Parts: sequence; structure tokens; C-alpha cells
Amino acid sequence: MSILVIAEHNNIEVKSSTLNTISAASKLGGEIEVLVLGSNIDNISKEISSYQHVSKVIFIDSEKFENAIAENIEPVILSLAEKYSHILAPATTFGKNVMPRVAVKLDVAQISDIVNIESEDTFIRPIYAGNALATVKSKDTKKVITVRPTSFDVVAKEGGAGIVEQINFDIGESKVEFIDREESKSDRPELSTARIVVSGGRGLQSAENFKLISDIADKLNAAIGASRAAVDAGYVSNDYQVGQTGKVVVPDLYIAVGISGAIQHLAGMKESKIIVAINKDEEAPIFNIADYGLTADLFEALPALSTELDKLNSIEK
Amino acid sequence: MKILVTVKRVIDYNVQVRVKADGSGVEKENVKMSMNPPDENAVEEALRIKEAGKADEIIILSIGEEKCQETIRTALAMGADRGILIKASDDVEPLAVSKIVSKVVETEQPGLILMGKQAIDDDSNQTAQMTSALLGWPQATFASKIEIEGNIGTVTREIDEGLERIKVNIPFVASCDLRLNEPRYASLPNIMKAKKKPIDIKSAEELGVDVSPRIEHVKISEPPTRQKGVMVADVAELVQKLKYEAKVI
Repeated sequence: MSILVIAEHNNIEVKSSTLNTISAASKLGGEIEVLVLGSNIDNISKEISSYQHVSKVIFIDSEKFENAIAENIEPVILSLAEKYSHILAPATTFGKNVMPRVAVKLDVAQISDIVNIESEDTFIRPIYAGNALATVKSKDTKKVITVRPTSFDVVAKEGGAGIVEQINFDIGESKVEFIDREESKSDRPELSTARIVVSGGRGLQSAENFKLISDIADKLNAAIGASRAAVDAGYVSNDYQVGQTGKVVVPDLYIAVGISGAIQHLAGMKESKIIVAINKDEEAPIFNIADYGLTADLFEALPALSTELDKLNSIEK
Repeated sequence: MKILVTVKRVIDYNVQVRVKADGSGVEKENVKMSMNPPDENAVEEALRIKEAGKADEIIILSIGEEKCQETIRTALAMGADRGILIKASDDVEPLAVSKIVSKVVETEQPGLILMGKQAIDDDSNQTAQMTSALLGWPQATFASKIEIEGNIGTVTREIDEGLERIKVNIPFVASCDLRLNEPRYASLPNIMKAKKKPIDIKSAEELGVDVSPRIEHVKISEPPTRQKGVMVADVAELVQKLKYEAKVI
């Protein structure tokens, strides 16, 4: 049994989702090889080859892979597919974009967003926004799988075989023209991997008021999240969205402020270790899953929380 | 240009889904069913493209049991022109769906296919990508903005890092994000008009597509439930609990 993991990176850094996916692959047993496609990725390829459980890295260095165009990546995976029993990628917008193309061309049903592995053909995945868990058994000989990164640990960045092989592949003319990418720049921890997340909802009432959230996030070295209602209302951009159609986060501490707790939002955060809810509506469903609930007007509670955190910090100093 | 829009009939997004005690699935009896939410965005976008004079006809395709006609009627009431129902068991996997869509494309020859990015029942997020690969058309997934100029589509995509823009030639397949637009409500006169719009019904077998599942659902179970926690009196107590009880700050 041999497994191929498709690496996610931005040509400069390896995304942590790649480390989670290698970890998931290691639970299947068998040789793990990693495919890295990108531009100027010598260093990244070498780095991945040193990761725990990785027996080999295969890479292609070409401008055509700079922007992770699914139509360009798919034929490379297909050309290599024959020798592998399992092909895995993270269930991020990168993996979601590419893997169904690979599955359909191999005529297999993709298994999306797995959160656990029972055996080499049986997996657990959430359905209905995580309101049910499906144990699914694939009848296809080859398994094409996307992995929910937050459900698997990261592998150690050492212990790999250190073997790197460069290959060539002519993908021909690209059907998709990349124009540009607008990435949200932030000095804060990345939302999907942060230890603490502070999220705001419709209760914040304006983009301006989100400063109250960022103030708390700064003091806790936390990432900022948002409900879809807050995103739709234009308070913050969509890459902050936590939920069924946004990001799934599993931090040690999730603080939900002014978020009522729609099913679609809970799907993205209910696995968090500790959940705090601050809401002025004591009937808000978010309180049903919160470890600590506070019924309060957030416009009073957040400044008070800020002051309390300052006190705590000054005691520690 | 024709636009083909796919719509799926799913349990309404406001319904609290219940897992059946025997683990065979979720409760669907007497449960409100609706159009999959991002599919509504796909229908709305098609209407806007047509209203801008860039398309002549909007065809709604649904796959599943007889009752999917209701979902098609909803789209027709919003303003789409006609429907196609491909009858099959109600849980056709994305792999088979993409094959059926490709068959319909052979006869209908649309210039654009709009789909929801994900169905809120099985949360697969696969069908548009698979359809694109089968047809050899470019894909524009997770679209939050679609601009059509002549033969070219410029699409803004919602990605984990932020936003990305790509340019693709018609024909292409787009999967629609909830942020793409605000779907309209059907007016009463339009609901009445929609009753007279044609829906063509065929079966998956007639199209020669094998819809037998490749994935066996061994068991559907409840996710672990969280215990309801405690209510704190004020912010000071909250911080004390987080610091000394939960030890997370």
C-alpha cells in the first residue's frame, strides 16, 4: 500500500494543513510520498522530505504551478495515480478545488472532509453541518480523500527519509488565467490553527465596533473570527468566517461575542476545547454549548474584559 | 447563450437535523425540505446575467425523486424558464450527478453552468469540480462575483487566504458561494406563472448513467454532545474561571 499526499503551500512556506494531512495518511499505514507542485519550491520540497513518515517527495518546479490552478495540478496527479492506493489532500479551498477533478477522472467517489480513519477503506466524516457523523466505506479500489486538517495532529518536522525527486510534466496551455490574489495580512495567529479565537457576530452592529474584538484578540494573542451574519453584514471579510461554509476551528479557547449560535456557525467551532459565549439574549442557543456563558451587553462586557485582562497581565509581570 | 443551473432538494437549513435511532440515516419524514441555499444564489446569478442581456434562457436541472419538481418550481417562480428532472434515488453521489449533468449538457449545450458550491446535507463540495473535469471546461469555484464580458468570465473566488480573481473562457462551470448575491423571493404572480412552465422528466437509466453508490453508509451517528456549562455573573468571574479553572489564558 502506497499513499500520495498533495502538499499545500504558498511557494514560500508549507501550510500546516500539509502536516495534518501527512499525519492522517500515517494512520492508514504504508509508504507516504508527497507531491509538491509550485514555483521555486526547492527549499519547500527539501523541508517536506524531512517530515516524519515521509518516504519521498516528488516535485515539479514550474511557473505553471505558481498559483495552484486546479486544471494544471489534476493531470500531474493522474499521471502518478496508478501506483497509489490512496490519494490525500487537505480539505481546504486548495484541496477542495483539485481533488474532485482527480476522483472523477479516476471514476471513483471522493470521500470529503474526513475527521477519523477506521481502516484503509472506512472513514468518518461530518454531514449536515456536523449534526451527524457518517461512517462511510469506499467500494472503489483507489481512494481519493480530503482531510479536515483540524481533526488530525501535525507531524514532527523531522524523521523523514530526506529523499527528493524532481520530475517533468508538460501540462500544455492553461485554460485559466490567474489575475490576482488579495490576501488578508495580519500579525495575528492564523485563524485555522490559533490556540485562542475571539469571534464576533451580528451583535457587534458595525465594522467599526469590531475594534472591540480585535482589542481582546491582541491581549490574548488570539485570531479573530466571525459568524456568517457578521460577514454578510460587511463587518469583516469572508476569510474570517467560521462555520459550515467558512473555516472549521478547534482552538483551546473560543470566545463567541454577539453570536446567537446558528447551526451553521456551530459546525465550525463546536469542537473547541473551551467555549465562552457573551450575549445579551439569555435564550441564545450558543449558551447550550458554552462552557462559560455570560448574559451581558457586549458593549459593556468587552471593555470590562479588556480591563480584567490588563489586570491579569500586570499581576503576571 | 443558455445557462444551466443545478438545484438540490435538501432538508431546510433551519431544521435541527435528527439522527435516526437505528443509525440508518437522518429523519426525513415530515421535515421541511427546501432548495439548497447556495443553489439559490446560482439561480439568482443566472437571472441577473439574463436580465443584463447576456443570456437568453435559464434551464433548471434537479436530480432525485419526483418531489424535486417542487424545488425546480421554486427556481421557475424566481424567473427561470424551464426545468429538467432526472429521476433517481434521492441520494445520488456527486460522481453520478456530474455524469448526469454532462449528459444533459450534450443535448442542451449551455454556455455556462452555475451550481451551489456545496450541498448542506452531505457537505461534499465536489459536483462542480467533477463536472468541469468531465466536460473539459474551466472551473471557477467558490465564486463571490461573476462578470461576463463577451466570451470571457472574470470570477472572484473566496479562498482560505482571502480573495482570488481568475479569467476563463465560455463555456465554463462556476460554483456559487453564499456571498455571490442576495436571492430574490418569488412574487405571487410569478409563482402562478411558474406552474405553467415546462418540466421535462427523464430517468438516469434513460441517460445511460449508472447511479449505484460507490460509498456505503455503514452508520450514521450523533456527534458527541457538549455538556451545557455554567453561567457566570460578570466579566471578573469569567476571567477567574478561564485562568484558574479552565487554565486556558
